[in-house]
Amino acid sequence: MTALIEVSNLTIRFRTDEGLVTAVEDVSFTLGKGEVMGLVGESGSGKSVTAKALMSLNARNAVYGEDSRITLHADTGPVEVLKLKTARELKIVRGGAISMIFQEPMASFAPAITIGRQMVEQLQLHGDMSKARAKEISVEMLDRVGISDPARRFDQYAFELSGGMRQRAMIAMALSTRPKLLIADEPTTALDVTIQAQVIDLMKDLVNEFHMGIVFITHDLGVIAQTADKVSVMYLGRLIEEGPVREVIRNPKHPYTRGLIAALPKLDDLDAPLTPVAGDIPSPLERPAGCVFHTRCPKILGEVCRTALPGDTQVNPTHRVACHLYPPGGPA
Amino acid sequence: MTDAPLIVTSDLSVGFRTGSGLFGKALLKAVDHVSLDIRKGSFFGLVGESGSGKTTLGRALLKAVPMTGGTARFRDGEVDYDLTTLSGPSLKDYRKRAQLIFQDPYAALSPRMTVRDIIAEPLEVMGLTKTREETDARVRAIAAKCRLNLEHLRRFPHAFSGGQRQRISIARALVSGPKFIVADESVAALDVSIQADVLNLLKELQRDLQITFLFISHDLSVVAHTCDHVAVMYLGRLVESAPTRRVFAAPRHPYTKALFSAIPSLDPDDRGRGQKLTGEIPSPTNQPPGCKFHTRCPYTIARCRTEEPALEHPGDGHEVACHRWRELQETTVA
Repeated sequence: MTALIEVSNLTIRFRTDEGLVTAVEDVSFTLGKGEVMGLVGESGSGKSVTAKALMSLNARNAVYGEDSRITLHADTGPVEVLKLKTARELKIVRGGAISMIFQEPMASFAPAITIGRQMVEQLQLHGDMSKARAKEISVEMLDRVGISDPARRFDQYAFELSGGMRQRAMIAMALSTRPKLLIADEPTTALDVTIQAQVIDLMKDLVNEFHMGIVFITHDLGVIAQTADKVSVMYLGRLIEEGPVREVIRNPKHPYTRGLIAALPKLDDLDAPLTPVAGDIPSPLERPAGCVFHTRCPKILGEVCRTALPGDTQVNPTHRVACHLYPPGGPA
Repeated sequence: MTDAPLIVTSDLSVGFRTGSGLFGKALLKAVDHVSLDIRKGSFFGLVGESGSGKTTLGRALLKAVPMTGGTARFRDGEVDYDLTTLSGPSLKDYRKRAQLIFQDPYAALSPRMTVRDIIAEPLEVMGLTKTREETDARVRAIAAKCRLNLEHLRRFPHAFSGGQRQRISIARALVSGPKFIVADESVAALDVSIQADVLNLLKELQRDLQITFLFISHDLSVVAHTCDHVAVMYLGRLVESAPTRRVFAAPRHPYTKALFSAIPSLDPDDRGRGQKLTGEIPSPTNQPPGCKFHTRCPYTIARCRTEEPALEHPGDGHEVACHRWRELQETTVA
């Protein structure tokens, strides 16, 4: 599989009144063309900040690490995303090679401009095309995502659509510029399960059709199991486990990943007690030393976890974990 | 748990006048002739999509929105209230006995008050304690039950994580010693890792304090694990109601079945596209005639389009409102 985007040693800190806060630390991963990667973790794990960095969308107080690199393999050749500065340069990634859809579609559409005008506007910004052609493409996309009567919807405002329709319109808008990479930040979390199932099916169809890479951010492992090829699990800004979706869900290695899976209420065993991951996620202002998970870890080994940062261990060529339980070179 | 019901509703309806009818004002039927019993000490689950009326039903039972039809009674052994007419001192007394836990623990807590003051406020407003010492003692006792320590009480909400905030909201709801709690999507905003923790706490409170919960949720797997009884709502109507195990083992209403098949499976090899619903829940201001689910139901026949099915009580405690549930049960393998 050829690489679409390569992230290496990504570290992101934010300048705040309380000092420099680390949101993402030393994260590396590669996403291939047409590959769907699920990015899982709880609030504060840095998954959204990581995804936004791919489009250089983080707020101005973000400070990237010296050796942090994000390389996008666009049609025109490799692009160093973090080196892009001006709005003109950034156009290559924002809405061009990369599109993003968000959790709350109502907040993503301008309320006083019709959906059609917003779609046409972005198409014209990114491609040299006439208004008529842009409208044609927009209506086609609305139709493709399953919006009935697309020509009429084109002239409607976001508030006139239901939640599910809005999310479909959002997807249509994101895909109309034919991005190579789609970042979907909790796209189904605000939807009802029945609508979520429809949107998931739609996204699966679109991956096959457009052959784009997707970074799918969610806290719902069920959604990941249904959509992703591989999973990356983040905790307090660090990528602690990564591997193919079957591997990670059936054979999780990191105590945190295991805890996440155990905490899910399962329908096939109603008698199983619900087991939370003990404790609360520490504040980013009080990042633990050593392994970031040691304050909640049920398998803590001792001093080593409190002081030394665990390195990556390859469980097998595609599955890696960062935990002292699995020393590099030892049996996993 | 006893068999005596704490809450009994009969044809309970809640309607809202909305501004946008073609001929003057339209009536939005948010809750439409709902009859149910909530047994004392039970954990009663209420599920359905947005717009199904589950939140409105919960609020109506707390007397936070006016009921427009039917009756509702509250009997906790000490008092017997007719909720439709409750007012004055008895309404004040009812507020102490029935409380709400909100969905969003970030919005529900005032950022300017310490945790101690947040939890103490209901006691002061309701005049349940006479001295500050008494208030402090009650606050500390309930905080301990909700696994908050003295150190936490002095801080402000911003210093807490989502799970801790929800425990503060729970303590605030419990401090007046209620018998009935409406928990409206109380774990929906929480991460999975701490969701289980809050659910376990609620179950513990149900057991230790004999509190009856109305647990409103859109998450069926959470409901399956916590509730004794499940009621399913669609467009203001109760479509199915039964003990949890029965509903999950053999759902009778096509809508309930569809809800189950929409839950994303944790098995990556089970990416089946089972029976999934098409379309969305119709607008409550423009409800379909007949069975309200007929526009999305895969088993619709002519009768469903014209005649609304009543909630049947087949005698096994598993109530359902569907014209075809018997024949569907015979043809599908449970």
